[in-house]
Amino acid sequence: MATAPQKVAAQTGSGKLTALTAWIDERFPLTALWKSQVSEYYAPKNMNFWYFFGSLALVVLVIQILSGIFLTMNYKPSAAEAFGSVEYIMRDVEWGWLIRYIHSTGASAFFVVVYLHMFRALLYGSYQKPRELLWIFGMLIYFALMAEAFMGYLLPWGNMSYWGAQVIVSLFGAIPMVGDALTEWIRGDFYISDVTLNRFFALHVIAIPFALVFLVIAHLMALHEVGSNNPDGVEIKKVKGPDGIPLDGIAFHPYYTVKDMVGLGVFLILFSLVVFFAPTMGGYFLEYANFEPANALQTPPHIAPVWYFTPFYAILRAVPSKGLGAALMGVAVVLFVFLPWLDRGKVKSIRYRGPLFKFFLFSFAISFLALGYLGLQAPTPAYTLASRVFTVVYFAFFLLMPWYTSIDKTKPVPTRVTYHAH
Amino acid sequence: MRIEHTKKILAFVATALVALPGLSLAAGGELHLEQANNDIHNKASLQRGAKNFVNYCLGCHTAKYVRYNRVAADIGLTEQQMTENLLFSGESPHSTMVNGLHADEAKKWFGVAPPDLSLIARSRSPDYVYTFMKSFYADPAKANGTNNTVLPGTAMPHVLWELQGTQEAVWEGHTDAQGNVQKVFKEFKLANPGKLTPEQYDEFVRDTVNFLEYIGEPVQAKRQSMGFVVIAFLVFFTLLAYALKKEYWKDVK
Repeated sequence: MATAPQKVAAQTGSGKLTALTAWIDERFPLTALWKSQVSEYYAPKNMNFWYFFGSLALVVLVIQILSGIFLTMNYKPSAAEAFGSVEYIMRDVEWGWLIRYIHSTGASAFFVVVYLHMFRALLYGSYQKPRELLWIFGMLIYFALMAEAFMGYLLPWGNMSYWGAQVIVSLFGAIPMVGDALTEWIRGDFYISDVTLNRFFALHVIAIPFALVFLVIAHLMALHEVGSNNPDGVEIKKVKGPDGIPLDGIAFHPYYTVKDMVGLGVFLILFSLVVFFAPTMGGYFLEYANFEPANALQTPPHIAPVWYFTPFYAILRAVPSKGLGAALMGVAVVLFVFLPWLDRGKVKSIRYRGPLFKFFLFSFAISFLALGYLGLQAPTPAYTLASRVFTVVYFAFFLLMPWYTSIDKTKPVPTRVTYHAH
Repeated sequence: MRIEHTKKILAFVATALVALPGLSLAAGGELHLEQANNDIHNKASLQRGAKNFVNYCLGCHTAKYVRYNRVAADIGLTEQQMTENLLFSGESPHSTMVNGLHADEAKKWFGVAPPDLSLIARSRSPDYVYTFMKSFYADPAKANGTNNTVLPGTAMPHVLWELQGTQEAVWEGHTDAQGNVQKVFKEFKLANPGKLTPEQYDEFVRDTVNFLEYIGEPVQAKRQSMGFVVIAFLVFFTLLAYALKKEYWKDVK
């Protein structure tokens, strides 16, 4: 029950705010940006569970940048002090343990949400025309993320950091002619040393985050230019009302901001379960061997990269020749970029795709998970055989795509999205 | 025809996935570790462990990331109890758990410098340390007279022999696929009893391992108790967000 004087006060208050907004708008397109990007950005109303992971990836990026800033305040990027400074953060810095666990869990969480976000694009054909550039920006974000994670993993200067970096940097040595010179150039030394740690630190805290933020902005600009895809793969802009607003579109704010808040809540619960109850995640998020300082004279009993790289690591190990394996691993990562042109399908969404696409996508997902598992294990003949089988399945998804998508029996696509009000 | 083919491949993929973990069991000749069954919430055990650590380990090993006063506060000792029971050579309560041993001298005596133990239970697991401390046996071939089945050839002598007594290892002959006889460890036999019974010795090692797990991550108990509060808040937040979402989405037809 608002009384009259209060109403007047509120109006005067908002009047002042309006005046301020007007003052800013004459100098900077604040209202215009807010409208075009948020309150009058029309997103399809049928976006489901899979559409949480984009906004969650943005949240994790912010979490990583903020926690990273505070870690940097106490971390020492030198071979002599790095390991000790991390333990100092864990023990003597106020809330240092929490900041460190948030950052280490955030690294894995980033890949969890990004992999699910990418899988969403495969499910609903979000990379198809007209979203090719949106997809390519996304893939560049993924590559930058891989570099960011790899360099960040060296910083604690544990023994797995050291040997993991040693193994991965040496992969560049497989490149003919320039290989050895290239690895030396990357390390800045003949082995992983203080010099390497220092430059990885610089790249991890400035260069790559900067590129990441830039790419994320480009990704969002491209998204808002073409508009969001949806689980039906229907272009909502094709059916507009008299006001020019897509009939199946709803304003991003408030509808998707409140919806994403629910996704954020669930995500933060899972995230906190890891941070507070299982920060090492059984050795998968923080490897046990990394609680021993880097030792150039002693390798850990079993060197494996962190889980988010293991699908590609398994492909590397599946090939008997190191050079060929490294090349195949590189191709496995880069192939995603070409999806918009490999896919000859006439429909976007899995809902209207034929059995062939469903089969290949399903076996691809299985082989990605299986390779991830195999990459974590010590190699045995049986595992190597399994890795080879799954590597073939992995590549079949991409390389046979022009064939199976063009002959697949697709279903007719409706003109409007499927949505049941709840 | 095509569907049949599809089914076959799917069946293969599914079988492979199910069979993989089994294969790893078959392939691994892993060391069997005894369970330490220690509890970092048991402060009496942590206090005994701290005492054992200071008396028996700290002479050669360090815990250079661990501060005395932090330990005292976490395991429930007053400053005075700490000074009387843990600080022997006049260190400050703020100092870390280090000793007077020089790394190069230690290397001369033992062959390797004794490692810092701040994180040993994190990098190797409490079960590993527990089993290691129970697996010393008399081995005349070694310079210090003892060896260890968990870490064969270890430079560490059996520091706790007075407490445990001396064990002898009983080996079995196994013939492998190539027809060679392999020596496989079977069990320990207590040759000379020590000051403690085997049960008391287990308790002694368990307390010490408990202390090592605690110093590996001093914040462990605190983070778990904080976790419940954080999760409770987030559940409340999520329910609220869900109610808000429902309210807004009523308009969407």
